[in-house]
Amino acid sequence: MTVSVSQDRKTDTGAAWDGFQSGLWQKEINVRDFIQQNYESYDGDGSFLKPATARTTQIWTKLTAMFVEERKTGVLDVSQIPSSITAHAPGYIDRENEVIVGLQTEAPLKRAIMPNGGFRLVVNALKAFGYEPDPNVVETFTKYRKTHNDAVFDAYTADVRRCRSSHVLTGLPDAYGRGRIIGDYRRVALYGVDRLIQRKKEEKNDLDLLPSSDDVIRDREELAEQTRALGELKKMAAAYGFDISKPARTAREAVQWLYFGYLAGVKEQNGAAMSLGRTSTFLDIYFARDLANGTLTEETAQEIVDDFVIKLRIVRFLRTPEYDELFAGDPTWVTESIGGMGDDGRSLVTKTSFRFLQTLYNLGPAPEPNLTIWYSPNLPDGFRRFAAQVAIDTSALQFESDETMRRAWGDDGAVACCVSPMLLGKQMQFFGARANLAKCLLYAINGGRDEISGDQVGPASPAVQGELLDFDDVLEKFDRMMGWLAGVYVNAMNIIHYMHDKYAYERIEMALHDYAPLRTMAFGMAGMSVVADSLSAIKYAKVRVVRDATGLVTDYQTEGTFPMFGNNDNRVDQLATWVVTTFMNKLRKHPTYRNAVHTQSILTITSNVVYGKATGNTPDGRRRGEPFAPGANPMHGRDSHGIHAAAASVAKIPYRDAADGISLTASMVPQGLGRVAEDRVTNLTAILDTYFGSTGYHMNVNVLNRDTLLDAVEHPEKYPSLTIRVSGYAVNFVRLTREQQMDVINRTFHGAPANA
Amino acid sequence: MPELQVIPATQLEASSPYELRVDGARDLPEPDVRAAVASGDMGFLHSFTTGSAVDGPGIRVVAWTSGCMWRCRYCHNPDTWKMTNGLPVSVTQAATQLRKYRRGLKSMAGGLTISGGEPLMQHRFVLKVFAAAREMGVHTALDTNGYYGERVTDSELQGIDLVLLDLKTWDRDRHMHLVGMDNAPTHAFARRLGELKRPVWVRYVLVPWLTDDPDDLARTAEFAAGLGVVERVDVLPFHQMGRSKWHRLGIEYTLDNAQPPTVEAVERACDIFRRVGLKAF
Repeated sequence: MTVSVSQDRKTDTGAAWDGFQSGLWQKEINVRDFIQQNYESYDGDGSFLKPATARTTQIWTKLTAMFVEERKTGVLDVSQIPSSITAHAPGYIDRENEVIVGLQTEAPLKRAIMPNGGFRLVVNALKAFGYEPDPNVVETFTKYRKTHNDAVFDAYTADVRRCRSSHVLTGLPDAYGRGRIIGDYRRVALYGVDRLIQRKKEEKNDLDLLPSSDDVIRDREELAEQTRALGELKKMAAAYGFDISKPARTAREAVQWLYFGYLAGVKEQNGAAMSLGRTSTFLDIYFARDLANGTLTEETAQEIVDDFVIKLRIVRFLRTPEYDELFAGDPTWVTESIGGMGDDGRSLVTKTSFRFLQTLYNLGPAPEPNLTIWYSPNLPDGFRRFAAQVAIDTSALQFESDETMRRAWGDDGAVACCVSPMLLGKQMQFFGARANLAKCLLYAINGGRDEISGDQVGPASPAVQGELLDFDDVLEKFDRMMGWLAGVYVNAMNIIHYMHDKYAYERIEMALHDYAPLRTMAFGMAGMSVVADSLSAIKYAKVRVVRDATGLVTDYQTEGTFPMFGNNDNRVDQLATWVVTTFMNKLRKHPTYRNAVHTQSILTITSNVVYGKATGNTPDGRRRGEPFAPGANPMHGRDSHGIHAAAASVAKIPYRDAADGISLTASMVPQGLGRVAEDRVTNLTAILDTYFGSTGYHMNVNVLNRDTLLDAVEHPEKYPSLTIRVSGYAVNFVRLTREQQMDVINRTFHGAPANA
Repeated sequence: MPELQVIPATQLEASSPYELRVDGARDLPEPDVRAAVASGDMGFLHSFTTGSAVDGPGIRVVAWTSGCMWRCRYCHNPDTWKMTNGLPVSVTQAATQLRKYRRGLKSMAGGLTISGGEPLMQHRFVLKVFAAAREMGVHTALDTNGYYGERVTDSELQGIDLVLLDLKTWDRDRHMHLVGMDNAPTHAFARRLGELKRPVWVRYVLVPWLTDDPDDLARTAEFAAGLGVVERVDVLPFHQMGRSKWHRLGIEYTLDNAQPPTVEAVERACDIFRRVGLKAF
């Protein structure tokens, strides 16, 4: 049974859609069409922007004091009510003065437990922060409700377990929420929840016509859960005094409705990455309407954005210390995609694109929301220069190639987490952390034995013979070992995502997707530049192995020079691209859960440090325990020919074989961009234009002095909001562990002497 | 003229201008060194980098030649004084490297800068590399002290897009003390650039007590302004990042205890240039 579009629809929306251009978006759930018909592209500069109001500053100051407290113990407070969309009473920071309301629990910075992902984890986290687990909760989740974590370990194979223990696979979301799903929260604002419920019912009813196979049954249940979750979303908003069954009528309502959608997501799930989507251009349509009819001024418009961003900055999840090692600094990856070009050639930059960036001045720099510029050299000058200025001033922005992402996924895409794009509301990702390819190379050399424990982790196969490593021999062994590792990896991912769907399903986030979204299975690779340099050493220099008493190769002696990744030298750069393409092809051979499309990222977050600790000496000269480079970066200090050369090397990684993203973190001293402030903006813009006008995919931009970082290590109290970009996200520098801080400090700083 | 026997296939591997480089051409026979300089088919380079924003307009590829006839007391790369400290590199190799960056250099409004050392000690090589750059459509800049300016013809000067002219100090005696040689040839070269209307950026290293005398600075500023072609003056504050090189090379470093100038001192120097109508940073 279908529901016909009728006059009722128009009266239902009331004045909410007054002044909007009509289009497909009225007849179907189509936010992109609404945007294309209604937005106003903005070509000017940032001179119209307004500073923070006294109200905003007062609220942010109150929170800043709480952050200081929070940092002392790591967690300010915990709620042991198992979290759900409606589990907690409404909470406020300053009820009289908030412009946008809604907290995850009933108090700011109070973290809820989310046992569905894994109960042992919750217990570990509680105990790590000094809380005694509530016995009722313990009983419920050990006797009555199985969790994702339990189920995954029920189904794990011996192979997968061995690979996890040896750290050739790490960071798998078997013990924490997988994230990487972005609900199209804009739908809540544009349509109101009732319309969305109606659509879900239609989608489910359509399935009545299909025979009940496993897939169809699961889909029907998921749609029922999604519908239920939408009802809970309304209930949650009602508790805050809002009826969100109908569309938003003003900009403030649009932001509030949208935020309620997002808030429901972060009350239901603690995914590693809970990204926001691409909201700024959408919201600008409402801001423009209110500014035109005089109900808002630029100050009050900015104030709404500031208050929204404040809420995004205080999203908190309860994590274990092990998690914090992998993902340091409490990241939530509330990634907002800003700018970009439309398919029709118009720029999607609006004044609200500027307003979001302005929050970095109004509230000070911060890692969240993870502001991500969809960058194209075709974007208006004013915006490109403003974004470059903000990057220089705050080191809080990342830039990604609009050309590449738009061609792959369309002009209504959004980045999840750090570098992974998808079409909003029509696509989701099965996140899969990363495999340690450097260790895989060592396994190949050692016939499958782990170079640290000596255990047989990989399939027993001939180890290298003799003293000198032969390139062709090593390559052949490595190729086969990658084949084995790819198989185990796909296996692990299929198990994880099957169970996550079953035990910790993202009901409200998926309710804000079309039925049957495209699914990608997002694998990852760590240690790419270590592998490239190691293969280069074996090929161009002479590498002798050193064996221990059991015949295990544990060290290497290299004679002669060899080209290193990051200097725009094809001899080694081609080895990097070979590894990426080869591993991707191995992954593709294996069928995936729900027929997800295989993708791969070259991205590590802070796990480059963790992976380094778990990996022995490598043929490139890296010593056991030393961190890998982050993401697709050249190894620290080896890219010594300047940023143009380093970026050129990374730009050779083929996106088609790394479609989940390729991360480059570029650190420059201010002087490295020019002696004069205005030159720096011009030069950074030129660098971005060149990188993204070619095949460059992503760039985290840090502009600071190494001395500043060294000082911040010794005197963190002087730098409470020093933000720095690490692989794929930004973090408050003083919240990293000392080890992670030193890793960042040891990175190449373009424009500075190596040891100054 | 001796023929160049063999051009070694040098790998200009990862290196940075801040690294100490000695004896890069140690194995090259003396006749070959002279032949290289004579023909210009090969040059001696200390290092090169990409992505420099401080060696001319835009983001640039910069190559530093080895070999310098001056002995500036504040030099931060004394390992560039001796030509054979550098690596032998053929024009073809240099052009091949440059070609990789050609597109990016255009879109970043940058180009190629050849610095050193003193590039005009290998002027034939430098001019050949610049010719290759020009052919690729890459902007060219020469960073020179001008002492060997006469080696470059007027027409060759027309083919170089920008000269970064290193002026050290005005007073002749002071110049001898600071650098070891006269500044008259430099001034003659500068006047020639003015007559030929070639664009110039002046570079002036500010060393407290040594090059900061206000009257002396004023004379330099007037001279520069009088040329009519100086687009910009960069006052470069002295720094000590080269100190370890002097020690490692065993050369007496008379500025071992010298301090960098203060921010105010740099501003004062810039003002002296601005007073005669020049843009100074």
